[in-house]
Amino acid sequence: MTDWPVLSAVTFLPLVGALLLLLMREDSAAGRRNILNISLMTTIVVFGLSLYVWYQFDPSNPAFQMVEKHEWLGTGISYHLGIDGISVLFLPLTAFLMPFCVLASWVTIEKRLKEYMIAFLILETLMLGVFVSLDIVLFYVFFEAGLIPMFIIIGVWGGKDRVYASYKFFLYTLLGSVLMLLAIMAMYWQAGTTDITELLKYNFPRQMQTWLWLAFFASFAVKMPMWPVHTWLPDAHVQAPTAGSVILAGILLKLGGYGFLRFSLPMFPLASDYFAPLVYTLSIVAIIYTSLVAMMQSDIKKLIAYSSVAHMGYVTMGTFAANVQGVQGAIFQMLSHGIVSGALFLCVGVVYDRLHTREISAYGGLVNNMPKYAVAFMVFTMANVGLPGTSGFVGEVLTLVGAFRANTWVALFATSGVILSAAYALWLYRRVIFGALEKDSLKAMLDLSTREKVILYPLVILTIFFGVYPAPVFDATAASVDLLVNNYAAALQAAQDVALSVH
Amino acid sequence: MDTIIKAIVFLPLIGFLIAGLLGTQIGAKASEYVTSGLMLVALALSWFVFFDVALGHEEMIKVSVLHWIQSGSFDVEWAFRVDTLTAVMFVVVNTVSTLVHIYSIGYMHHDPHRPRFFGYLSLFTFAMLMLITSDNLLQMFFGWEGVGLASYLLIGFWYKKPSANAAAIKAFIVNRVGDFGFSLGIFCVFVLFGSINLETVFAAAQSYLPPEGAEAGEAVITLFGMHLDKADALTATCLLLFMGAMGKSAQFLLHTWLPDAMEGPTPVSALIHAATMVTAGVFLVARMSPLFELSPDALTVVTLIGAITAFFAATVGLVQNDIKRVIAYSTCSQLGYMFVALGVGAYGAAIFHLFTHAFFKALLFLGAGSVIHAVDGEQDMRYMGGLRTHIPVTYWMMFIGTIALTGVGIPGTVIGTAGFFSKDAIIESTFASHSVVSGIAFALLVIAALFTSFYSWRLTFMTFHGTPRASHEVMHHVHESPQVMLVPLYILALGALVAGFLFHDYFFGHHYAEFWQGALFTSAENEILEEYHHVPLWVKWSPFVAMALGLFTAWYMYIRSPETPKYLARQHRGLYQFLLNKWYFDELYDFLFVRTAKRLGTFLWKEGDGRVIDGFGPNGVAARVLDVTDRVVRLQTGYLYHYAFVMLIGIAALVTWMMLGSSF
Repeated sequence: MTDWPVLSAVTFLPLVGALLLLLMREDSAAGRRNILNISLMTTIVVFGLSLYVWYQFDPSNPAFQMVEKHEWLGTGISYHLGIDGISVLFLPLTAFLMPFCVLASWVTIEKRLKEYMIAFLILETLMLGVFVSLDIVLFYVFFEAGLIPMFIIIGVWGGKDRVYASYKFFLYTLLGSVLMLLAIMAMYWQAGTTDITELLKYNFPRQMQTWLWLAFFASFAVKMPMWPVHTWLPDAHVQAPTAGSVILAGILLKLGGYGFLRFSLPMFPLASDYFAPLVYTLSIVAIIYTSLVAMMQSDIKKLIAYSSVAHMGYVTMGTFAANVQGVQGAIFQMLSHGIVSGALFLCVGVVYDRLHTREISAYGGLVNNMPKYAVAFMVFTMANVGLPGTSGFVGEVLTLVGAFRANTWVALFATSGVILSAAYALWLYRRVIFGALEKDSLKAMLDLSTREKVILYPLVILTIFFGVYPAPVFDATAASVDLLVNNYAAALQAAQDVALSVH
Repeated sequence: MDTIIKAIVFLPLIGFLIAGLLGTQIGAKASEYVTSGLMLVALALSWFVFFDVALGHEEMIKVSVLHWIQSGSFDVEWAFRVDTLTAVMFVVVNTVSTLVHIYSIGYMHHDPHRPRFFGYLSLFTFAMLMLITSDNLLQMFFGWEGVGLASYLLIGFWYKKPSANAAAIKAFIVNRVGDFGFSLGIFCVFVLFGSINLETVFAAAQSYLPPEGAEAGEAVITLFGMHLDKADALTATCLLLFMGAMGKSAQFLLHTWLPDAMEGPTPVSALIHAATMVTAGVFLVARMSPLFELSPDALTVVTLIGAITAFFAATVGLVQNDIKRVIAYSTCSQLGYMFVALGVGAYGAAIFHLFTHAFFKALLFLGAGSVIHAVDGEQDMRYMGGLRTHIPVTYWMMFIGTIALTGVGIPGTVIGTAGFFSKDAIIESTFASHSVVSGIAFALLVIAALFTSFYSWRLTFMTFHGTPRASHEVMHHVHESPQVMLVPLYILALGALVAGFLFHDYFFGHHYAEFWQGALFTSAENEILEEYHHVPLWVKWSPFVAMALGLFTAWYMYIRSPETPKYLARQHRGLYQFLLNKWYFDELYDFLFVRTAKRLGTFLWKEGDGRVIDGFGPNGVAARVLDVTDRVVRLQTGYLYHYAFVMLIGIAALVTWMMLGSSF
């Protein structure tokens, strides 16, 4: 299809931008502008390339495409890249959010801008690398290394409790990553390869699947994050700068969901089936519990962070429902949440930049002097609530349909989330936006600037576009999801046949 | 025809976009005229479609627009399905909406946010049209939530008022409780029939149940732990769908949002909370009649809830003092009538009442708006009185609305107001039906008719008759509304007078079959259309007697002897307070749900996340780790190095492992 290594180009182009930035000096206004321009241009070019990848992608082919493979050191580890219907859309999503992060940092980052942008560009490379890796060691490197720039972003440019937040982040992820590493070793020991395409075809024995599944689960559940290992997320969000929150909510949370779809479900189908009730339970707890907690938050960012946990509950539930609707819904929900939660954090950033507080009680009546902001915030709030016609609805309803087919109890409890999400989201909106404008500190606040319009309006349009016409997403994912679901069902069936023939 | 239908649905959307996006540029006047003008076009086209589809012989029309969600067998598109039921709703929605648009030009004259207001009205109309034209349940859900959004925005239109904001949120969340059931109902339909497209579902439903006398069959679905066979599965599905209808149509237990919704501007109350949106639940059940008709148990529940609502709301309406709240409870009660009609299988009667109710209830609300406009925003009837001579046109319009609502007419003849035809048809059908609850439903409806008559006349007498109780200043300024507000009243009054007489035979009479053309499904055993004609004479006269009795009591208590109501309230203090406080539902729900949820949220946050998870997790570990590492590594940077170190060690170990492994 393409002769040149397009996936490598997409993945490593941000690094080229980072190298260019190294040559820059930050000591003048012009230097600062150069840094911003280079960062913006790099991220836009990467986004363009990612769209090209999407365009070149053949949706009717469920196998991996645009494959690049080079042996490395004769160790069995290889530099192996490729995408299929499950991973392809995460590239444009990642690349799409990056320019907004650069724009959101345009004036707010005052110190060490160069290092900040370098960290973001490295982060982009690592995140893209996760989605294109077809070697499990390569995957592991990208997956774990991605946290380092995030640590730095929170730890250097974060709020006043950044040390505690990054510590929590560290502790949780360390546990998961150690277990995953052990699991990867065990898989290599058993299957004799680290190639994901080979591993997907390999049948792990039932007993081993259980242990491997648990090890991977430990890592992915933390990233997701699932209840009860979610408490790092609200702290990390609160401390992170706006752009950091956008990436955290928009992309990093999706790595766990992607991991479930890439490894847990297809490689350990028996264990996935065995543990599905556990995942359901945790998902339901996440949806109800964190929604209730979200309702009582007094910090806007924490509220949205908790609501992210609840929304990720739909993703895990849909994934382990393991039918077409559930899995496609999960993918869609991840993409939609990437846009919507990113947009919500950007919205918080808009008012935070003006008033430098995230306390809900400090606001009220913003609609009076910021009507455009109120409209944008309303659209994202409604998408967060899952109103039909916004992208939030499509993922939610499909995961629920999937869950309903798998287990009606799960769907019953999860559906109650639609009531709770309306409660916390509308209550937040009312306290921040509606009411009379009485606080003196708010009266001088101006409506969206041009830069902020450039950030928010495209997200508004996309939120509604994918709510009304989600077909591009389903077209791209359909074949691979079908393959995944069919293989999963076949594996379960085969195991059952064996069990029957033994008796 | 396809283009016409698309135009009807999308013209209001265009109006919304123009008023919403360009409202500040083009100004308030232009926004008003553009949205109202587009509505007029849509209205004309709607009547055209009505004549063509309902009164003509055009079959059901289907217009595809766009693919929506396609995931495996879950295949949904944006499409319009227009049959007689939709055509009737077209007329109802667009007529009332257009009149409300025009009326609002006068009513909202002083408001600084008119473009936004008209934008919302058009947005609502669009969502409502999407709801009634949907050819699958998911698109219906889109319209369903869309009207909910518009309702939320319009109730909270005056966003500076805390009470308006609270009412808006309440409306949205209570509706979401209903939607919770509706969504599960949709999933049930999907699992049972493999599709949520109405055509497919209806076709499959015809032969879904095993024939009479056959084995019940094995379980087709395990719903919440119950193994249900086909018949029970259908019942469960219908009940879940009905839960959605209960929320949207403010039925008993989920009714609490509707009276509070009166915080919105009065034209909104007329359009959304009387004539159109709240009837969506009735529409849903009528639309899904092919399923409901197969489940007598579900229909019994529908009847019972409807009858209780009709009675309950009427009792509360007896004692309310806010003019809009009286009408709101009346709406709630009338919706109960419609559900009883649906429950006893008289779908035609239910839609007929929906149709006539839209005229007279919108008339009453807009009339009330005209009164409020005249007395400078006052809504409490205790501070009105004696307005008849000051605003005679409004008075007569309200009078017509009242006689239509109370169903004035002469039984056995064709002389009567709109409500006379539709309400009596419901009451008689209820008596004639074979439902196990028909007796109690009939009794509740007749009592409710008595109450309806009482509170309607009470409203008229308190507002327009007697001596003025408003301050001198207010009375001095009382003025009749401008023509732009009165003309819509004339049109609605005309409908309230003649709609029953004109359309009775079509909706629920001789021309039933050729009018509906199968849009409403009735099973072979359902002969209610025939049977309700043959009820005993006393049944036919009972609503009339109830109406007359209510009128007399109201006259006695509010004109003849105004001391009596105060005396009665003192005598039966407990009962009076019980009714005045709406059976204490708000307090009960606040205690049961709102406060519990908040307390639980705080508990889970502080105790669950804070003490248990963090306490035993990271913070607990931290305390131990810090003891060890504090002396070794600097706090600020330690974690990062740790992490990178562990990761590198891990990779090194892995590579070594693999090199060794491959050399064996």
